[in-house]
Amino acid sequence: MQYSFSDEQEQFRDIVARFMREKSPTSEVRKLMETASGYDANIWQQMNQELGLGALCIPEVYGGQGFGFVELAIVLEEMGRNLFCAPFFSSSVLATQAILNTATEAQKSAILPDIASGQRIATLAMCEANASWRAKDVSMLAEPVDGGFSLSGKKHLVTDGMYADTFVVAACVDNGAGKSEAAFFLVQSDASGLRRAEQDGIDATRKLAELEFRGVVAEMLGKPDSVKVDKSIAFSCVALANEMVGGCQYLLSSAVEYAQLRMQFGRTIGSFQAIKHMCADMLLEVELARSAAYQAAQAVHHAAQAESEDDSEMLALASLAKASVSDAYIRTAETCIQIHGGIGFTWDNDTHLWFKRAKSSEEFLGGPMLHRELLMQAWGV
Amino acid sequence: MENNVIDSKIRAVQADVRVWLKENWHVNHSLLEWRNLLVESGWGVPCWPKAWYGRGLPADMETAVNGEFAAAGALGVARAGIRMLAAATLLEHGTEAHKQKFLRRILTGEDNWCQLFSEPGSGSDLAGATTRADLKDGRWLINGQKLWTTSAHHAEWGLLLARTDWDLPKHQGLSYFVLDMRQPGVEVQPLRQMNGHASFNQVFFDNAVIEPEYLVGALGDGWKVAMTTLAHERRSADGFRNWGKVSNGEGAIFEEERAENAIFNEPYKWYPQRAGRVDLIMQRARDSGLISDLRVRQEIAALLILSETAKWTAQRARAAQQLGRPQGPEGSLGKLAGSHIARAASRVHTLLGGAEVMLKGKDSEMQGLIAEILLSVPATSIAGGTDEIQRNIIAERVLGMPKEPRFDTGPFRDVPRGLKK
Ligand SMILES: Cc1cc2nc3c(=O)[nH]c(=O)nc-3n(C[C@H](O)[C@H](O)[C@H](O)COP(=O)(O)OP(=O)(O)OC[C@H]3O[C@@H](n4cnc5c(N)ncnc54)[C@H](O)[C@@H]3O)c2cc1C
Repeated sequence: MQYSFSDEQEQFRDIVARFMREKSPTSEVRKLMETASGYDANIWQQMNQELGLGALCIPEVYGGQGFGFVELAIVLEEMGRNLFCAPFFSSSVLATQAILNTATEAQKSAILPDIASGQRIATLAMCEANASWRAKDVSMLAEPVDGGFSLSGKKHLVTDGMYADTFVVAACVDNGAGKSEAAFFLVQSDASGLRRAEQDGIDATRKLAELEFRGVVAEMLGKPDSVKVDKSIAFSCVALANEMVGGCQYLLSSAVEYAQLRMQFGRTIGSFQAIKHMCADMLLEVELARSAAYQAAQAVHHAAQAESEDDSEMLALASLAKASVSDAYIRTAETCIQIHGGIGFTWDNDTHLWFKRAKSSEEFLGGPMLHRELLMQAWGV
Repeated sequence: MENNVIDSKIRAVQADVRVWLKENWHVNHSLLEWRNLLVESGWGVPCWPKAWYGRGLPADMETAVNGEFAAAGALGVARAGIRMLAAATLLEHGTEAHKQKFLRRILTGEDNWCQLFSEPGSGSDLAGATTRADLKDGRWLINGQKLWTTSAHHAEWGLLLARTDWDLPKHQGLSYFVLDMRQPGVEVQPLRQMNGHASFNQVFFDNAVIEPEYLVGALGDGWKVAMTTLAHERRSADGFRNWGKVSNGEGAIFEEERAENAIFNEPYKWYPQRAGRVDLIMQRARDSGLISDLRVRQEIAALLILSETAKWTAQRARAAQQLGRPQGPEGSLGKLAGSHIARAASRVHTLLGGAEVMLKGKDSEMQGLIAEILLSVPATSIAGGTDEIQRNIIAERVLGMPKEPRFDTGPFRDVPRGLKK
C-alpha cells in the first residue's frame, strides 16, 4: 500500500462497500441487534459465497484466498462504516489470527478451511475477570490430561460466544521452569463441561457471552508461547482499529450532512462557525486516526508475510493505532451527537448505534491508556 | 440593625407556622384534605398573594416556612412536575378566571401540567415554533407537533406556545394558551432515548380545540409570557434535583405522596447519571485498586479540580446575589462547566471500568449504573440549551461581543426553516 491503495485494492473496496450498503442499512442493523444471534445467516452465506470474505486472508493452502492484511483492513473499514452485523470479527479476525499465529500446520489444515468457507464460526475466549487481553494476565490453567488439556474457569466478553461453533481459548501451562506460559486451546461448542450465557453488551450490534469451563477437554494449538499470543492480539487490534476508522468516517459524514440540512435561526447550523470548527476538528482527528490504522495494517501485512525476529515495530504500530483510533472514535461520536442536538440523543436517530460501538471498541482488546503504555514499551522506552 | 428587624420578622412568621401546624397537621388526613387545608390557610404557598392561597410574604420567607414544615415532618402542597411553572405564569399573566379555575387544583395535585414549547424544528431557536393556532368559528384550532414534553402522558393541561400570525417577525407572531390535553385532537407518544429510557413525549395536534378564553396574555404576546415560564424554570432548576428525595414518614398520607412521586420522578431517574456522577469516582477508584495508579490519579485530580472550582464559582454567584450585588459572569458559566465535568467524569468512569464498560444491564457494574452514566452524559451538553448556545450567550451578553448577523428578522412566513432543500 505504502501511503495509498492500488487500483485493484480500490476496486475491491468498492465491491465490499456496495455489499455493505445493500446488506447492512441501519434498518437491517436495528433489526439484527434485537435478535439473539445478532446476524442473518443468509447474508453471512452470501458474504462468503459471493465475496469470499471469510477466506480472504487465509493462505490458499488452508482453503483461503491468500490476500494480505491490507485487504482485510479494507473489508473491516467498510464493515465498521455500516455496522455490519455478523461474526466476521470473531471468526475471521480474532480466532483466525490466533490460529494462524500459533497452530501447527496440521491444525491449520484441519480448522481453517471451514472458517474460510464460513461454515464454521469461531471466536476467541481470552478475557477473564481482570478484563484483559494480554498473555500475562491469563490465569486459567490448562491441566494436562489424557487426550489433551483440561480447562476450568470463566471467560467473559466473548464476542459471538452464544453462536460460535468453535472457541479458541487462552489458558496457561507450566513451562517446566516454574513459570507459566500462555497458549491457545481449541474447544468445540458442544464440549462437555462447557456452559455459556449471554452478556448484555452496551453495543447491541456485537453480541457477548460468558463461558464457564468445568474440566473441558481441549486441544492445544501449537506450543505455549506468550509472545505469539500477544502478537495475535496485536494483529486483531490493528484489524479493530481499521474497523473503527470506518465508523469514524460514518459519524463525520453524518454530522457534516446534517449540519448542512438543519436550519435554526433562519440558516443552516453548518453556517455557524461553532459547528464548522467542530466538523473541521473532527476531520483532522479522523484523518490522523486513519493514517495510524493504515500504517499499522501495512506493518502487519508485512509481518504476517515475512517471519521476522523483531516484531517490536509492528507491535508499536498496533498499539499506536488502537490508542489513536479509540480516542478519535469516541470523540467523533460525541461530536456527532452534539451537532445533531436533542435528536442525536434519541433512539430513533442512528448516531447512538455508532456511539455505542465506539464506546465498546474503546476498551475492547485494551483501552487507549494501556496501548499508549504498550507503545512506549515497544519503543523500548 | 437592619438584620435584627428581619430576624424578628422571620421569627414571628416561624412562630405562626409552628402554631398552625401544631393545630392542623395530622397523618390521618388524606393527602387531598391536607392540601386543601394548606391552600385555605395560605401556608402552602406563603409567598403567593393573599387573594390566591398565599399570605403575601416576601420571597425570602419561603425557606423559613419550609424549615418549620420539615421540623414538624409535615407535607407541603403538590410540587412535582411543571405545575409550579404553570402557576407562576398564570399568576403573572392569567385572567381572574384562569386563576380561579387552575391554581387551586395545581396546589392540591388534582391537575397535572406539561410544557408544550420545543418542537422538532425549533430547539435552540425556540421562537421558531411552527405549531399553528387558527381561529375558526370562534375557537382556536391547533395543528402541529411538540417534542421533549415531559409528563405529557399524565397531564390534564398543557402550556402551549403556538403561532397565530405568520406575517409578523417570529417573536411577535406567537401566542400562549392553556390546552386541554384530554381531547381527541391530542396524541401523546413516548420518545425513547439512546440510554433506553423514555422520559419524554412527542405530542401531535390534529385540530385540537382551545376555547378563546384559554388564551394567556394578549394575542401575539406568547413569547413574553413564555419568558416568564422559562425564567421560573431556570430559577427552579436546582429544585428539580430534590424531587428524587422521598419522605420516609409513616402513615397513609405519606404512602399517597410516595405513590405520586413515583409517577412524577420516573422520567428523572437517570438525571443524576447524565451529570457524570463525580461522587462515585473516588470510591470506584479505591474498589478497583486503580487509586494507586499514577495515570488514574492524575485524571481523577483533574476532574475534581474542575468540579470543585465550578462549585465555588456557583457559590460566588449566589453570594453576590444574596448581598444584592449584580451577578458577575459566574452565573452563565455553570451550565457550560457542567458539560465539561460530565464529559470528563464519563472518561474517568471508562478508565476505571476498563473492558467492563462493554457491558450494561443488571449484571454489569453497579447494576448498570455505570453504563447509564456513559450513555446519558451526551444529553448534558444539549438539554436546556446546548453548549454552543451557552457560549453565544456568554460571549454576547457577558463579554459584550458583537452579535451574530441575523437572517430571521423579517416576516416569519419568509424565514427559511425545516431542512434545507
Ligand atoms: C435529555 C433532554 C431533555 C430535554 N428536556 C426538554 C424539556 O424538558 N423541555 C423542552 O422544551 N426541551 C427539552 N429538550 C430539548 C432541548 O432544549 C433541545 O434539544 C436543545 O435546546 C437543542 O435544540 P435542538 O435539539 O433542536 O438542536 P438544534 O437547535 O437543531 O441544534 C443542533 C446543533 O446546532 C447548534 N446550534 C444551533 N444554533 C446555534 C447557534 N446559533 N450557534 C452555534 N451553534 C448552534 C447546536 O448547538 C447543536 O450543536 C431536552 C433535550 C434533551 C436531550
